[in-house]
Amino acid sequence: MQFDPMRPIWLQVMGEIETSIVTGVRAPGEKLPGGRDLAMLYGINPNTAARVYQELEKAGLCETRRGMGTFVTGDAQRITELRIELARQAVQEFMVKIDSLGVSKEEAVKMISEME
Amino acid sequence: MLESRELTKSFGSVVAVDHVSLKLEAGHVYAMLGPNGSGKTTWMKMAAGLIKPTSGQILYEERPVGVESRRHIAYMSTEPYFYNWMTIRDVGRYYEDFFEDFSMERYKELIGRMELREDMKTRTLSSGMMAKLKIAVTLARDAKVYMLDEPFNGIDLLARDEIRTCILQFASEDKILLLSSHLVEEMEAVADRAIFIKQGHLEEIVDLETMRTEYGISMADRYRQIYGHEEVTSNV
Repeated sequence: MQFDPMRPIWLQVMGEIETSIVTGVRAPGEKLPGGRDLAMLYGINPNTAARVYQELEKAGLCETRRGMGTFVTGDAQRITELRIELARQAVQEFMVKIDSLGVSKEEAVKMISEME
Repeated sequence: MLESRELTKSFGSVVAVDHVSLKLEAGHVYAMLGPNGSGKTTWMKMAAGLIKPTSGQILYEERPVGVESRRHIAYMSTEPYFYNWMTIRDVGRYYEDFFEDFSMERYKELIGRMELREDMKTRTLSSGMMAKLKIAVTLARDAKVYMLDEPFNGIDLLARDEIRTCILQFASEDKILLLSSHLVEEMEAVADRAIFIKQGHLEEIVDLETMRTEYGISMADRYRQIYGHEEVTSNV
């Protein structure tokens, strides 16, 4: 994975795992790699890897079971919410871009509806 | 903890390390940065107990570094240090005799991962292979502090990924890792703290994720801010 070194790396890895949960690459209830393995997998500092799991846990997207490891949440409702959150983020980024081009929201909506 | 207090080293009239005070804590990977001649290697050699400070102190777990600390501090210098008649197997045995904490099993595993073979003679190794061997032999020790001076130098892009993975494998809560490199980008994700040394002085020590969050800049950006002017003038 290629990182943007100007943005926090934990945030980027977290985003990648969130996407993998929404797309089903990582199934609900699936076991995630241990902290050290995650660090080695992405080539990141172990403290950064630990932060990724702390934040995923805080967001209710994974849970750590003592002595067993970290698992993707089994809560389907939460995964549906995440899908909406990620879609909102994507729309927000799109709006910033469209706005910078001087295109209005209405024009943009029209363009989207005309797209195949 | 590895700590330097007002550490200074002069070679004649040249002050290589100038009153540097810093603390390295277990559980972190530090990137030590600065242009050539800024004093990184001299600092590391004093921490390894290989050269004596002119003034100031360097302490490991509250005690001055010396024979005792050398058992816990693994240091990889930039100079080559194997006899050229040695095979890679001989290098392992030599280290095994020298360091109590050297693990032959771990050495063999590292050699394999770096695509070296035990029967290779050190004199036939390319510079990249030699660089990998130096890393393998250093990481095969079960030390508390690993100091690697320019671990990515002379190593091609693909092998750098492997080395990064090996380094991360040995990073843990009770260990200190200190890496120096000119290849700043290689260390962005690996290190969590950066030490900037400028003309023998400690410029600053930063937490990288905090810096990214608060200022939206990378370690390489900060490097350019600190040394940009210096680099330009030294090239003239």
